[in-house]
Amino acid sequence: MPETPVLSLRGISKRFGAVQALSGFDLEVNAGEVVALVGDNGAGKSTAIKAIAGVNPPDEGVIEWQGRRVSINRPHDAQNLGIATVYQDLALCDNLDVVGNLFLGRELRRFGVLDEVRMEQRSRELLHTLSIRIPSVRIPVASLSGGQRQTVAIARSLVGDPKVVLLDEPTAALGVEQTAEVLDLVERLREHGLGTILISHNMVDVMAVADRIAVLRLGRNNGFFDKRSTSTEEIISAITGATESAVTRRQARIREERQARGEEEP
Amino acid sequence: MNGDRDSGGGPERPAGAPSQEPAPKAVPAVDSRLIVREEGLRGYVGEFRRKMRSGELGSLPVVVAIAVIWTVFGSLDSTFLSAQNLSDLSQQIVGTGMIAVGIVFVLLLGEIDLSVGSVSGLCAAIFAVLNVLNGMNEWLALLVAVAGGAAVGLIHGFFFAKVGVPAFVVTLAGNLFWNGLMLQVLGTSGTVNIPSESIVAKLYSTIFHSPATAYVAAGVGVGLFLLASLQDARRRQAAHVPFRPFGEIVLRTVVIAAIAFVAAYILNQYQGLPLPLLIFLILLVLLDFVLRRTRYGRQIFAVGGNIEGARRAGISVPFVRMSVFTVSGTMAAIGGLFLAGQIQSASQTSGGGNLLMNVIAAAVIGGTSLFGGRGSVWSALLGALVIGSIQSGMNIMGVSNAVQFMITGAVLLAAVVVDSLSRRSQKAAGRA
Repeated sequence: MPETPVLSLRGISKRFGAVQALSGFDLEVNAGEVVALVGDNGAGKSTAIKAIAGVNPPDEGVIEWQGRRVSINRPHDAQNLGIATVYQDLALCDNLDVVGNLFLGRELRRFGVLDEVRMEQRSRELLHTLSIRIPSVRIPVASLSGGQRQTVAIARSLVGDPKVVLLDEPTAALGVEQTAEVLDLVERLREHGLGTILISHNMVDVMAVADRIAVLRLGRNNGFFDKRSTSTEEIISAITGATESAVTRRQARIREERQARGEEEP
Repeated sequence: MNGDRDSGGGPERPAGAPSQEPAPKAVPAVDSRLIVREEGLRGYVGEFRRKMRSGELGSLPVVVAIAVIWTVFGSLDSTFLSAQNLSDLSQQIVGTGMIAVGIVFVLLLGEIDLSVGSVSGLCAAIFAVLNVLNGMNEWLALLVAVAGGAAVGLIHGFFFAKVGVPAFVVTLAGNLFWNGLMLQVLGTSGTVNIPSESIVAKLYSTIFHSPATAYVAAGVGVGLFLLASLQDARRRQAAHVPFRPFGEIVLRTVVIAAIAFVAAYILNQYQGLPLPLLIFLILLVLLDFVLRRTRYGRQIFAVGGNIEGARRAGISVPFVRMSVFTVSGTMAAIGGLFLAGQIQSASQTSGGGNLLMNVIAAAVIGGTSLFGGRGSVWSALLGALVIGSIQSGMNIMGVSNAVQFMITGAVLLAAVVVDSLSRRSQKAAGRA
């Protein structure tokens, strides 16, 4: 690709004790692109996200931001670069209203006092540009539905004008309609020229919004796929390891055992 | 907290002011399932009923409680509602109320401070020993006593926030430790009398006898409230965000003015506006401002709501925790000095007895949740008023201490039950 990726990871490795969680992991995200990061449980998706977000800095590897080599050692570093992370547990304060949550930690002030008017105005603008529908920006987040909470959490990540957004399982535990809302929102992030990294277990969601799909298997890259020229089956086989799956593996093992015992094929 | 600004309103909220420009609708398509407040009085009634059903009780239970208590004691003995008794009551609640303000801060974090009784006694003893026995300048002694309370709070906060000991254990240990230190400070004599011309005694007993003072104070308070409301509405209107209609501002101002001027009138019927009450009210306004209008206050609510969320938003949770316990210690010291001024002595029983229970009860009865994240400093005033009224009424009736303890305990339990039930129905209504 001719343009420089906003964020590029090369050869990222991370070890936890006896476990090599990631080894030689590569990933690139361009502006206005949705990259899905998929993989089985324990494939290293969370480790990868945490390395980018600065929660668990990698042991080895290069992170480049707009072509410039950077080191991300703390969550703060990632935020300063323009990487916003939406974690699976959302981390919203239920007792605060939507405006309070959107601006938590970066409140606008006027003469040293919270500028509620401008924060409310900007919240409405932000929610409007993202076409997020919530009852009122002044109700406690506790009274919002799961999908609305997810959209508020994503909107919050955008308050600091990031260039890359990391979404950790944004559609897990959401209903059909709410999932659709969140996926719409992901497409709007792309329209606004943001680079998005989407972690998901749900192949339907991934195929619906992702431009490229990066597969992780046992801590290593196991292929990059272009959405236009791939199929769900192809990705699933990459996730589970080449063409084998749990079913084929089991059949193979049974066959081997039988052969070892000298039985005939049924 | 400030959720009532356009609760239930949303972008479709009808505006009373005719001059309102059609505000650009930030959220174009409003979900049809949304509950939108109706226009006029019916809207208020509807919203009120909805809030009651979903457990958003706010300060309603405590207002009802005060009304019931005053009616019951007033009908049993007419002296209860006399100007003299109510004036005395307004002075007596200040010490408890001040300490309860600190408890409100701690409760907002979802924690508890069990040491405030001992700390209040310790600080009163520090002042008495420094000023009365050692002849230190009274302002300096006052400052040292308050700083001592702040230091004690900081120590509690350190062990809680940095070492990770549960707050109730730290402050329970502190309760005993500071009580011991107070006995040590008081020495063999055990009681230090504070002369009535001492600053601490005067802070408690000074009363502005001129009737004008009370009315001016009430007028200034109401005027400031009106001005702030109008200013806020004007800025909101200019920014095209929902604002409170002019009619509603007038209505609120009238209600507040009625309360303020009736209170001033009653106080003037006896001796006038007591200084401690004035100090207490000013402090409440200031701290309410800190909690609702500053970044620091927002951080306290955030930590009380979701610690992990606050941490990820870049808030220093240890700083918030330590500072809140420092506030609690400081307020305990200030309250302790007012209590010492009331009885004009610092003794071995200072800060003991049921003071600790009373201040926690006051904060909870006033409507601050034990579960963190919900409440306001005004609950210290309302709660202290309930506790003070019960004690005053029972003293007039000649009820024994034994029964008073039991009744105060039952009232505390009732308040906690209301808090728990309201939290449960809020959860059922998706609001907690």
